[in-house]
Amino acid sequence: MGYSLWSLARNARTHHENWPKAWRSPEPKPAYDVVIVGGGGHGLATAYYLAKEHGIANVAVLERGWLGGGNAGRNTTVVRSNYLRDESAALYEMSLKLFEGLSAELNYNVMLSQRGLYMLCHNAHEVQDAHRRAHAMRLNGIDSVFVPRADLARHIPIIETSPHIRYPVLGALLQRRGGVARHDAVAWGFARAADARGVDIVQNCEVIGLRREGARVTGVETTRGTIGAKKVALVAAGHSSVLADMAGLRLPVRSMALQALVSEPVKPVLNCVINSMTVHVYVSQSDKGELVMGAGMDKFHSYGQRGSVSVVEDQVAALLELFPVLGRLRMLRQWAGIVDVCPDASPIVCKAPIAGLYVNCGWGTGGFKATPGSGFVFAHTIAREEPHPLVQRYSLDRFAGGDLVDEHAASGIAH
Amino acid sequence: MLLITCPFCGPRDESEFACGGEAHIVRPADPAALTDAQWADYLFMRKNVKGVHFERWMHSHGCRRWFNAARDTVTHQFLAFYKMGEQAPDIAPVSYTARPAPRTDPALPADPALHTDREGAR
Repeated sequence: MGYSLWSLARNARTHHENWPKAWRSPEPKPAYDVVIVGGGGHGLATAYYLAKEHGIANVAVLERGWLGGGNAGRNTTVVRSNYLRDESAALYEMSLKLFEGLSAELNYNVMLSQRGLYMLCHNAHEVQDAHRRAHAMRLNGIDSVFVPRADLARHIPIIETSPHIRYPVLGALLQRRGGVARHDAVAWGFARAADARGVDIVQNCEVIGLRREGARVTGVETTRGTIGAKKVALVAAGHSSVLADMAGLRLPVRSMALQALVSEPVKPVLNCVINSMTVHVYVSQSDKGELVMGAGMDKFHSYGQRGSVSVVEDQVAALLELFPVLGRLRMLRQWAGIVDVCPDASPIVCKAPIAGLYVNCGWGTGGFKATPGSGFVFAHTIAREEPHPLVQRYSLDRFAGGDLVDEHAASGIAH
Repeated sequence: MLLITCPFCGPRDESEFACGGEAHIVRPADPAALTDAQWADYLFMRKNVKGVHFERWMHSHGCRRWFNAARDTVTHQFLAFYKMGEQAPDIAPVSYTARPAPRTDPALPADPALHTDREGAR
């Protein structure tokens, strides 16, 4: 059933108690054309675009926990495409454009709010680099402008622009089309739209092994039995190495805890997204009024989904450096997601060297903004058996070939 | 906050340390003899264990010396600290992968108390 003003009015008459479920929860079938391991945003988007763009609807998405319970529900909801390298710019810009049409496409309000994203500069080097990146982005057709300090103080009244602080704010790189989107809605919207096209979404179904016949992967062993598959696609973010290990495949990713926290809700004080790589925090205000913030990863490998207090201390200190007015704000919740970081901070989207196996991982700290784009190019890679032109360079082979796409500086946080 | 025992200085706060990632990776004796894939494997590919992980740490705000540790990457619990060059201690690996559960019998009557989750209700 489509969501509309009419359906809203009709359901209001029955006190909203008769809305149909947004997706079925079927028992897994014995076999599928494609089994996608990982029911996060990327996996669900992959399933949706497989069904929509390539007519492959005999697909299952297997999720160990519940939809949106992993990184899809643990990010800071920022979307942007302010990348330096041509390959990254093209990929993330495609994803941002998909975001811009996503609510209509999925008939599900993902609450995209392109409120503008500022990356602050605190020294002469960062100012130069911001100008360089602004030019590079404009050459790639992406909106970008450098905002000097005086304008910044006008746009963001609560920011500390005194020249006397330890890291004075000298200006910012602004992407006006950057902003935030409702992270759960992106996962739920893709789930509902994929389900409507016949995709089976199976939750509480952990993959515990891969079935192989000769050199080919022919299915997965799960906690709900064996499921056959012509093609198996791994989209498991922080758990990619665990799954790849079942296939005897080694990946260059490290699983790290990336933390976020939210404050108590307050009146509107911040109408944009602020990101500082030097004092090291990024922050925006949600529609509910909470300040949502994140910073760097914890320093050690983790599958623990909770972070170190020392990182929280650092990012709150950074927040107060930029916004002394928030000194009495109280924090409500803190959590961590397990992100899979590649040595060059760029993703891996490719056919694995094992027949019937496809890998999508390594999105690291910036996976949420890539959700629709990642699904789009991965679906193409699975269906056509060849990489989508936008991810030609994002193969596992690039590490042997030395052709890395070094995006450490552009990923928004230091690694 | 982790309490990390430097083999030289004793137990110290996590903030004094830097983590150097997977331990016991041996630099190939003759890099020029390797294929690109072998070199990439040495340089980039990592075990990234979910469970007991042997890793290098440096007491960067202390004695600045490197040492090794065994740590569970799920619980973050340290299981051993030992000096560089020493053998890795014999610690049984831990598996966090689920075991296959018996299929529920569809003939059993559903307990409504077990089905109050709101998944997909929105």
